[in-house]
Amino acid sequence: MWTILQKDLLLELRTREALSALVVLMLLILLTFTFAFDPAEAATAAPAVLWVTFVFAGLLAVQRTFLIERENGSWYGLLLSPIDRGAIFVAKMTGNLIVLAIAQVVLLALLALLLGVEMPRAPLALFVVNGLGLVGFSALATLFAALSVRLRAREMLLPLLVLPLLVPVVICAVEASRVVLAGGGAADAGAWLRVLATFDVIFTVAGWLLFEQLVQE
Amino acid sequence: MSLRARLALVAEHVLPFAATAAMLAALGCVFLYAPNERMQGAVQRIFYFHVNCAWSAFLGFFVAAGASAWYLWRGGETADQLAQAAVQVGMLFCTMVLVTGPIWARPIWGTWWTWDPRLTMTVILWTIFAVYLVLRSMGRDDAEIARYGAVLALVGVLDIPLIMVSVRLWRGMHPSVISAPKGQGGLEDPRMVVTLLVALAAFVLLFLWLLWRRFETLRLRDAIRRVEDRVMEARA
Repeated sequence: MWTILQKDLLLELRTREALSALVVLMLLILLTFTFAFDPAEAATAAPAVLWVTFVFAGLLAVQRTFLIERENGSWYGLLLSPIDRGAIFVAKMTGNLIVLAIAQVVLLALLALLLGVEMPRAPLALFVVNGLGLVGFSALATLFAALSVRLRAREMLLPLLVLPLLVPVVICAVEASRVVLAGGGAADAGAWLRVLATFDVIFTVAGWLLFEQLVQE
Repeated sequence: MSLRARLALVAEHVLPFAATAAMLAALGCVFLYAPNERMQGAVQRIFYFHVNCAWSAFLGFFVAAGASAWYLWRGGETADQLAQAAVQVGMLFCTMVLVTGPIWARPIWGTWWTWDPRLTMTVILWTIFAVYLVLRSMGRDDAEIARYGAVLALVGVLDIPLIMVSVRLWRGMHPSVISAPKGQGGLEDPRMVVTLLVALAAFVLLFLWLLWRRFETLRLRDAIRRVEDRVMEARA
């Protein structure tokens, strides 16, 4: 498991392909949003903008981690290796998580810069909110990216599969971010964070269990 | 006589008549027997069908998830056909919930649609299983697609409680008729309860009958495809 994670991260480190594309895409989505909003309203819409941008850009990045395996036929090598399939899922999910986390830090900085969002007084709370949202997103997106990558209409299908299932994450992450960006602490967003944490646990475990069923040959 | 044959006998010869009779009785109850609601008037009568559609939709999605789990761990195309049939029938009822709801909401709430928790929840469920149908339409009798569909149905049903909790945190205005405390918007008149139960029986019977028809159709479709494939092979 560590080997796969190491390999994915090394590849990313060497090429910086996913991360650079991801950051530019996020910037562009963000710019598009700023054109659409009245500047005065922009700051209130920030939590929504943050997560919508993140979800759409993130989906593309996650899909890519399985596409590169397919291109080189290394996917079969991975499946043939004597490791638990669940471990492949955890490794892929963790790899996605790390890349997405870096991208999200950049996104937050861009948000502060472009929308004039003031950084909260409780940065730790912001960290918790984003961390929980990230884990849930990575788990679900990784599972369904593994699924959709084998289909013809994969670009179309991945968002279709993930977006409705991701609704709890989007609602809770947006609301929790709103609380935190308004100056509240993690305790003020308690209910939202509990739902997010439950989502994370359920879908990490479900992904770990179900992944095996997806990659049978 | 095998269990399957016995089931088929009941489903073919008893279910359609039972469902029709129960539906007629339910219609009679809804329009003739149940009293007018004090505040809402006749509009409230749609409630008996609306609620039962929602329950039938849930029933369909849970059957689909159960059959999908079975398919993933035990295999067997019967389980997959049952899951597909259950999603299709569940979607039919879910659509009916989304149609009958606004018809009621327009005169009572003054709007066709609001982002109340239960409404949001229903529409999200609808999209999850609509994607299931899209996914299934992408491949023919492909075991891979069947497995993907099963994973989606399972994850979708796992997601239901989470969606429910997160949309409820928004708070809403949807009436809680069944779980309301006495004297606070529940079903006051016993005739209303009877009507609801008769309609429930009608909908469960209709659900089972439709499920059976879809299941049989899918089974025959798969059988025909196998024959087609064999013919193609023989020709080649």
